[in-house]
Amino acid sequence: MSATIEFTIDGKEIKGQPGQTILEAAQQAGVYIPRLCYMKGLTPWGSCRVCTVLINGRPQAACTQPIAPGMVVESSTDKVNALRRNIIDMLFVEGNHFCMFCEKSGSCELQALAYRLGIAAPKYPFMFPKRELDMSHPDVFIDHNRCIQCARCVRASRDVDGKHVFDFADRGAHRRIAVNAEAFLKDTDLAVTDKAAEACPVGAIVKKRTGYAVPFGQRLYDKKPIGSEIEAGVKS
Amino acid sequence: MVASTIGLKRVVIEPVTRVEGHGKVTILLDEKRQVRQTRLHIVEFRGFERFIQGRPFWEVPVLVQRLCGICPVSHHLAAAKAMDRIVGGEKLTPTAEKMRRLMHYGQFFQSHALHFFHLVSPDLLFGFDADPAIRNVIGVALKYPELAVQGVMMRKYGQEVIKRTAGKKIHGTGAIPGGINKNLSIQERDELLKDLEQMVIWSRAALKLCKDYTVEHLEKLAPFGSFDSNHLSIIRQDGALDIYNGGLRAITADGKKIFDHVDNQKYLEYIAEEVRPWSYMKFPFIKPLGPETGWYRVGPLARINTADFIDTPEAEAARKEFMALTKGKPNNISMAYHWARLIELLHAIEKIKELLHDKDLQGTDLVVKGSRRDEAVGILEAPRGTLFHHYKVDKNDQVVMANLIVSTTNNNEPMNRAIQKVAQDDLSGHELTEGLLNHIEVAIRAYDPCLSCATHALGQMPLVVEVVDVDGNIVDRKVRGVCE
Repeated sequence: MSATIEFTIDGKEIKGQPGQTILEAAQQAGVYIPRLCYMKGLTPWGSCRVCTVLINGRPQAACTQPIAPGMVVESSTDKVNALRRNIIDMLFVEGNHFCMFCEKSGSCELQALAYRLGIAAPKYPFMFPKRELDMSHPDVFIDHNRCIQCARCVRASRDVDGKHVFDFADRGAHRRIAVNAEAFLKDTDLAVTDKAAEACPVGAIVKKRTGYAVPFGQRLYDKKPIGSEIEAGVKS
Repeated sequence: MVASTIGLKRVVIEPVTRVEGHGKVTILLDEKRQVRQTRLHIVEFRGFERFIQGRPFWEVPVLVQRLCGICPVSHHLAAAKAMDRIVGGEKLTPTAEKMRRLMHYGQFFQSHALHFFHLVSPDLLFGFDADPAIRNVIGVALKYPELAVQGVMMRKYGQEVIKRTAGKKIHGTGAIPGGINKNLSIQERDELLKDLEQMVIWSRAALKLCKDYTVEHLEKLAPFGSFDSNHLSIIRQDGALDIYNGGLRAITADGKKIFDHVDNQKYLEYIAEEVRPWSYMKFPFIKPLGPETGWYRVGPLARINTADFIDTPEAEAARKEFMALTKGKPNNISMAYHWARLIELLHAIEKIKELLHDKDLQGTDLVVKGSRRDEAVGILEAPRGTLFHHYKVDKNDQVVMANLIVSTTNNNEPMNRAIQKVAQDDLSGHELTEGLLNHIEVAIRAYDPCLSCATHALGQMPLVVEVVDVDGNIVDRKVRGVCE
């Protein structure tokens, strides 16, 4: 078996190692594939579909699909980015994402992806669901209005923290993040130092009393679009 | 108030133009065209006090400033002052307090410049009754281009000050509970110093223009929408004008103190609000005096009246000249608001100059914390007057109660008195013309109301005037600037 697997993304020749996913091999080669539910160190989940690419014309999640020799991958094309924009659009309208006062604004992956993909305003009608906050924990809070159900908190708590604080409850349109307690986050064993407390890509699980401490201009995505560090070859 | 409206004609000015936000005026006329009742109605409803309930307290300074796009800094800072107390960090570091003050003076500068040059100058330069086709900011730009440019550039300068202190020109995040999230870099300071002297020169000139106009037309302006009233503001411990910090001071129309240096946290012992069924805006009054005589004015006129002195030399000299007009007694002339406002404009740029040369702004000690509280009040002077923010926060850090008394709300009764007086003096017995109806709006503009804030939306500025007969039929209708 060859030590490297060769394939192409948007015509660019990529060399990866056996066992890598398309997203990992692309990242190693300095090619950014947009993603939300993927987080380094967590088991790939393949749920948000933002990393969708076309493999030999078929849509697949780049974060879960292993590379194979001779694959022809389409990623940064108008057709694929249109699919991604639709997904981001739907995520925005399905929750209550008020960027103008959200403390995650400027460092939010959902917002940063919208900017990168050129979404000025959602094209679908807002659903304005009625969702709650869980502020019961002394150091961390959940704002369900902003949850995109990426399951990063679920996997971080289970796989990294070894705690299983979060999981999903209910089904279909009613599906939501729930905590491993009768009702409230305070009754779980979540600690502010847990990976789960910092895994959220949006402002749904946030450390308390830290909001707005970073001024405009210095927030994560104020200077360069999301993915720039990968394209610049910065190893994470 | 009239006992019955039967048999009276109703004239409606809606919306009121060249003010911030959306409101209307109704005038009731009897058969002899005598004015029987005039009211300013605020027709917006916003509900901020309710929908911030349940939100994390540190979010409030950023969220609640969305009440307004003109002076969001006021709400940002008033809420931050309250949240300072919630986290026990009310004794700010010098860097934090001075950064906030710089932000606030920047806002005063831009807001006062906007009001004078864009909203008011058409009335003063062309006359209250001038052709509305030229009595507007475009008219000013065509006939007095240098003034129009000054207005734009002065507003821009104030916004640049805000950007460098709050991070953005509108709706920034600078103030956080217990402090500030940035200092002023040397580069930012030097960028602001570059145009500073020009701003001082233009501020002096604007003040002179307004003062000379007022003195020259005093005979006409003195009675125009004027009445005696109490005045209220915060005041520094030594009696100096202070727009960021101080106890509450209220004085009567002839200058006697009603209360002085009142602890902001105890405002509810001194101020109450009355609800009237025809307006979304409440009517505040000084509690011990009651609603009949306890109403008061706030804003530039009230602040110059309540202050013992101003701590910057040019504004202090201007204050003395202003007070000399009424022989040291409080000035109760509604149209003197403009003169007072421009004294504050000069004061604001003087303070900006003072602060830009203060090395504390480059400090790095930005935030303090102390013992947690569950209730706090933040009061400051917004460009339009005293602004009260009062919050309760539960043990989970969620806001459970919010009460906002905004500047324009404080001026509700005075604005109603002003338009009632103008309607009776100028409109009674006359054929109504657009020019005469503008007199009503001139009186309202003196108070620089922000109707968006007062109802806790952005309104449109066109005008529809309807004359309705006794049976409710529209007998006359004038429309300007409305897409129908």
